[in-house]
Amino acid sequence: MTPTLQLFLTISAALFSIGLVAALSRRHAIFILIGIEMMLAAANLNFIAFWRFGPNPQQPTGVMVAIFSIAIAAAEAAVGLALVIAIYRHFRTTNVDQLNQLKG
Amino acid sequence: MIQLIVANLWLIPAAPLAVSLLILALSSSRRGSAAALAIAGQVIALVFATAAFLPTLQTPGYRALQNFVWFTFGDQPLRIGWVLDPLAAAMLMMITLVGLCIFVFSVGYMADDRNFTRFFSYLSFFSAAMLGLVIANSLLLLFVCWELVGLASYLLIGFWIERPSAAAAAKKAFITTRIGDIGFFLGILWLFGRTGTLVFYDDGRGCLENASLVALGATATFIALLIFCGAAGKSGQFPLHVWLPDAMEGPTPVSALIHAATMVAAGVFLVARVYPLFTLGGINGVTPSLTVVVWIGVITALMASLIALAQFDIKRILAYSTISQLGLMMVSLGVGGVAAGIMHLIAHGFFKALLFLGAGSVIHGCHHEQDIRKMGGLRWLMPITFLTYVVGMTNLTGFPFFFSGAWTKEEILHATGHWPVSHLPHYLMLAGVVLTALYMSRQIIYVFFGNGRGASEHAHESPSMMTMPLIVLAACSILFSIVATPAWSWLHAYLNGEPARFDLSLLVQPMLFVSAALVFGGIGFGIFIYRNVAETDPLAQKQPALFEFLQKKMWLDEFYRWTVVALGQLAAHISDLLDRYFWDGLVRAFAGLGQLFGIFTANFDERGINAGVDQTTAGARGLGRVMSAWHSGQVQTYLGVIAVGMLALLILYAWLT
Repeated sequence: MTPTLQLFLTISAALFSIGLVAALSRRHAIFILIGIEMMLAAANLNFIAFWRFGPNPQQPTGVMVAIFSIAIAAAEAAVGLALVIAIYRHFRTTNVDQLNQLKG
Repeated sequence: MIQLIVANLWLIPAAPLAVSLLILALSSSRRGSAAALAIAGQVIALVFATAAFLPTLQTPGYRALQNFVWFTFGDQPLRIGWVLDPLAAAMLMMITLVGLCIFVFSVGYMADDRNFTRFFSYLSFFSAAMLGLVIANSLLLLFVCWELVGLASYLLIGFWIERPSAAAAAKKAFITTRIGDIGFFLGILWLFGRTGTLVFYDDGRGCLENASLVALGATATFIALLIFCGAAGKSGQFPLHVWLPDAMEGPTPVSALIHAATMVAAGVFLVARVYPLFTLGGINGVTPSLTVVVWIGVITALMASLIALAQFDIKRILAYSTISQLGLMMVSLGVGGVAAGIMHLIAHGFFKALLFLGAGSVIHGCHHEQDIRKMGGLRWLMPITFLTYVVGMTNLTGFPFFFSGAWTKEEILHATGHWPVSHLPHYLMLAGVVLTALYMSRQIIYVFFGNGRGASEHAHESPSMMTMPLIVLAACSILFSIVATPAWSWLHAYLNGEPARFDLSLLVQPMLFVSAALVFGGIGFGIFIYRNVAETDPLAQKQPALFEFLQKKMWLDEFYRWTVVALGQLAAHISDLLDRYFWDGLVRAFAGLGQLFGIFTANFDERGINAGVDQTTAGARGLGRVMSAWHSGQVQTYLGVIAVGMLALLILYAWLT
């Protein structure tokens, strides 16, 4: 079985869907964060796949974008975790069902 | 020189007027300067009056004028001015001299009063108004001063405003004289309408001079009678005399001023001033208007002397005596004795001021007791007051031969004897002489003789500030008799504009002995009746009904209360009802209509316009509620919605390409 673009895109879509479902269905803020990270990983996988099977695979443009993206994702995860901790300190919970202040 | 004096004649009333305003500006604690200013003003007026008086002595019938245009309305210039003639000059002398005595007396009499300065301001104002009235050469100017006199009398009669009776008396005086003034004013308008001028003497164009009198013709009678209405009101003639006794509520110097120098003299003076209007068209000096004047005078004189017999207030007796003397003067004017009337007015000014100031001194000595039943025996306690009072009394009764009142009264009796219409006034006036002697003896005996009854026990003679004016006035009224005797009737000739003659034989007249006998008889009879008076009056014991009738002033006040006043109150009541129910009802009906309209518009607003707005708002609120329900605050819901939205967009994209 030779690796094709479709295979990677299918895996990426599956990964994104699993992440989305996790982000939507879990009640714990940490799990939601993990779901979001999975969707980000699916996006990175798409970058790599489109580069590898694109017209100009010799230059490492896709990898560079993915590395940047992963760096940003790390920073974003740090911000997310900091937010979770701040929320926990404030509300004494990380259950997002009880965190319903974001409304007009 | 003479022109200079006439041109500056206005200074005589201006001096007291300026002083009056000056005193008003002073603080009420500066009592000494207020009195000094008032007396200084009066002295200045006296000096000026003397300066004006002297040139009039030189030529008989002297008359000097100063006329000018006051203002012009349309093409009609309104002229006023002042005149200096024997009538005005003699009055000026009397007013300033008597006024000065009263001013000095007031310093002592009012010494303890709180409103001392205000009193002197009013007194000066009163004097100024009267002096202006005397020099006026225009009926209009005279009327202005006339009303100022009325205002001043109102202020002074009601001077003790804290007493309700004083306030009522002031109001009564003002309103009663105003009733007469309505007639006076109508007369002025009528006169102006017929002659086009109100200036008395104007080199042939004045309203008292021939050209105007010819134009007046028969209307002069009515105009004269209308003017007499004003004079009757001011001079307390029947039936408008009712205010004069009540005016006793004022301080005694005010009574003296009103009864002697100012106010009541104004009416007699007015008739004398416009005398040509009264005599116009008469035969032998008899005209319908003068006949009315005579009879009013007779009624007034007799009625007042009778009432005076039954009064117990020392000042009220004098008030009624003033009314009767004014009646006598009116009779004199009416029968043609103008000079005699004015002579009696001047003599009366002196001795009535003397009597009132004497009464003031008695009241002051008896600690403000005015009831003669509570006095008695004052002749030793207040000797100066007693002696001067006797001088006043002998003047008033017409006691011969050294008292001016005797000569002037005799002159009037003489004039009435020659009236061609009827001799009744003559005999009635002779009866009046007896009555005068009677009530004055009664008063003197009550006050000064017998034993002390209550108030007089601790009486004391008044200070010299008060007795000095009494002595001066007593001297004046005795000295005045020199120029009033028939033997050398200088004043008579002076007023009539004739040269005076000296003729001792004129002293011997039957009339003189008749009146002397009547005076002696009256006084003797009075002494006999009242020889031992006590708390009750001898007349009251013998004739209780008559006495009560007289004591109640012939029920005239009650009569007015049930007629004129009741009518006025009825009219007021009807007007009140009309106002309250008719006009007010009309206003209320309109108000109701307005309210009804208001309710309609309010409902339209409420139900029509407001309802639409309310509906819109309710819709917006409902929409807002639905929208806000979607906004749950759940992060995962938001995320889900974003995902679904993105999916929808992807499907749409796929479907389109």
